[in-house]
Amino acid sequence: MLKKSKTKTRKKPSPKKQMTGAEALVKCLENHGVEYIFGLSGGSVIPIFDVLVDSKIKLILVRHEQGATHMADGYARATGKPGVVLVTSGPGSTNTVTGIMTAHMDSVPMIVLTGQTISPMLGKDAFQEADIAGISMPVVKHSYLVKKTNDLPRILKEAFYITNTGRPGPVLIDLPKDITSGPFTGSLNQKMDIPGYSVPGKGNQKDILKIAQLFNASKKPLLLVGHGAAISKAENAVRALARKLKAPVVNTLLGKGVFPESSPLNLGMLGMHGTAYANKALINCDLICSIGSRWDDRINGNNNEFCIGAVKIHIDIDPAEIGKVVQPDAHVIGDARLVVEELVKHVEPKDTSKWLQEVGFYRKEFPLKYSNDKGLTAQKVIDELYQITKGSATIVTDVGQHQMWAAQFCLAERGDKWISSGGAGTMGFGFPAAIGAQFGKPKELVVAVCGDGGFQMTLSELATASIHKLPVKVIIIDNKYLGMVRQWQELFFDNRLSGVDLEGNPDFVKLAEAYGIKGVHIDKVEDVHKKLKAALAYKGPVVIHAEVIKEGNVFPMVPAGKSAHHIIIEPPTTQLEKPTGST
Amino acid sequence: MAKANNIKKKDTHTISMLVANKPGVLVRVALVFARRGYNIDALVVSPSVNPRYSRMTITAKGDPDTLDQIIKQASKLIDMIHAEEHSDIDAVHCELALLKLKATAANKTVIAKLARKFHVRIVNESKEAVIIEQTGTTEELDEFEGLLKKHNIIEMVRSGKLVMAKGKEST
Repeated sequence: MLKKSKTKTRKKPSPKKQMTGAEALVKCLENHGVEYIFGLSGGSVIPIFDVLVDSKIKLILVRHEQGATHMADGYARATGKPGVVLVTSGPGSTNTVTGIMTAHMDSVPMIVLTGQTISPMLGKDAFQEADIAGISMPVVKHSYLVKKTNDLPRILKEAFYITNTGRPGPVLIDLPKDITSGPFTGSLNQKMDIPGYSVPGKGNQKDILKIAQLFNASKKPLLLVGHGAAISKAENAVRALARKLKAPVVNTLLGKGVFPESSPLNLGMLGMHGTAYANKALINCDLICSIGSRWDDRINGNNNEFCIGAVKIHIDIDPAEIGKVVQPDAHVIGDARLVVEELVKHVEPKDTSKWLQEVGFYRKEFPLKYSNDKGLTAQKVIDELYQITKGSATIVTDVGQHQMWAAQFCLAERGDKWISSGGAGTMGFGFPAAIGAQFGKPKELVVAVCGDGGFQMTLSELATASIHKLPVKVIIIDNKYLGMVRQWQELFFDNRLSGVDLEGNPDFVKLAEAYGIKGVHIDKVEDVHKKLKAALAYKGPVVIHAEVIKEGNVFPMVPAGKSAHHIIIEPPTTQLEKPTGST
Repeated sequence: MAKANNIKKKDTHTISMLVANKPGVLVRVALVFARRGYNIDALVVSPSVNPRYSRMTITAKGDPDTLDQIIKQASKLIDMIHAEEHSDIDAVHCELALLKLKATAANKTVIAKLARKFHVRIVNESKEAVIIEQTGTTEELDEFEGLLKKHNIIEMVRSGKLVMAKGKEST
């Protein structure tokens, strides 16, 4: 009977089914190659969630919208593809703001779809109405409030193009519920309409030749590699340039891995908590060439005293970065990979043996070091993580002392193997970003290195890791303090500790177990290797609770607002002046 | 964009922008100024020849380096077609003012006298008040206002500066 009627329906010349806005939206997302949506539902997005039931896109239900944005961010940084977030209106949308700002600061492609009240109710304080397009405006690359259902394909096409071309950045699309539930009668294939948007490409040849000449005249060149080089996948080009010039390379926090950090030419991270030898090279070079970095205050300290006497070259895809902080002697606006590929052809091979000798001396004289005399240190745990993985794992960090130690000790061999919140310094980023990275790289080892403070900001995503049985590993470096602030209070504020004691931390092993996740506790130096190795080899998610000494400090340190000359390599014995620079 | 560097240092700057005619563009532009503590003195938004685009003419005070950064950041807005600073040399500029004065015989005499020097006409007269319209450069408007001040200006509305690049240069 049933069979019969089915056949009958099939035979009928069925009228073409009317699509809804939500169906058109999801179809467009599929067509743009979206694999995952990180989201949390709510009233205004029910029509979209309804369509997702039948879509091949996998919905990752988070426990808080901030987690969704950091997951999308981690996914994007691990894969180079934009992460997609879907949340409801009002508080659902405002909870994404921190994650959007984080992505914006670090130039990460991300599409944030927010539900909105129905169009006729806009501006009337409807239930769960928030002007998210307005609230997010300063932290997005672009945003849309959709007014016509039939515009959806064009807007999606523009959004995916804008978010991941030029200097990437988040794009927000606000979707009134009547738009997504209303009929879609347009074409799914529409043209973009963004006449004001252009993407710099290979750069001006004259500018490149000028830079090549400056390199050829230099005796002590230094390459400074930033996130832009990683984004444009300039790994091979940068390697070719460094090798041809025999120039040492330093990297920013987010430029780690573009040039292999294990290479003898690499001096590691520069700046506030960079290596002493990277900072010494900075002071003594006669030419510094930034490839996709924005001379951020963490690396230049004091822009009036930055590399005085050295020729400064800036390669960047964003014209607004040229001269924003440091006025360069020469610059090229273009894609880092394309510009450097061209530049390599025009520089002459150099004999820099003297310069490399000098740099080698700094490396020998001022190595990174730590001791375990007073008990287990964070550095020991993080160093051991590196010794076991040797750059094979994708390291995702949170923000604070552990982040700086991870940057110092976990050397990266590829740009996508290091994920960290740089510009924004968003605590709570690390764990959900690692989840996103793990979704993007299901077969690779992904390790989140978090502090006890930051982990607790987004720990509800333990549920997300648990239900998906993600093999992600979380190392919680627990010093029971907001350690970086405590360090500043100790060094610059007479050790008057204020608002940094994290008394009341949970038992992280039990916490993990409560979510059905394996928990491992480490507090002894002699256990670190064995326990960490076993935990990293475990098939499912693991929380590794590393209880470390409470009062560890990150050195070297360049006090905020000072130039690299003022680097503190050893723990100081006297009180230091209060820093004048930004945070 | 590069022009911003060549313009001599001065406090007041005039920036002309061609933007996509879409909602929210004004907020995006205003945010670029506000975030850097730049005060907008005058702002004129008007249609352009092509209905897809609008023209914004902004007069603002501040240091030239910050302005350079503002123009660069504003140029990055997706809806920005172009943004450029214009000097008095490379562009024609003018402004319009409406002034309301008490309709006294003394005032009328003064207006008649000044009207010869400035481009001024009476656009409305009632028993109590007279409204005059003046067009000219910002400096001319300032001068006129200064001369009239003692004659009890009741109200004043100014359009804000308009500029247009000379010759074949686009504004």
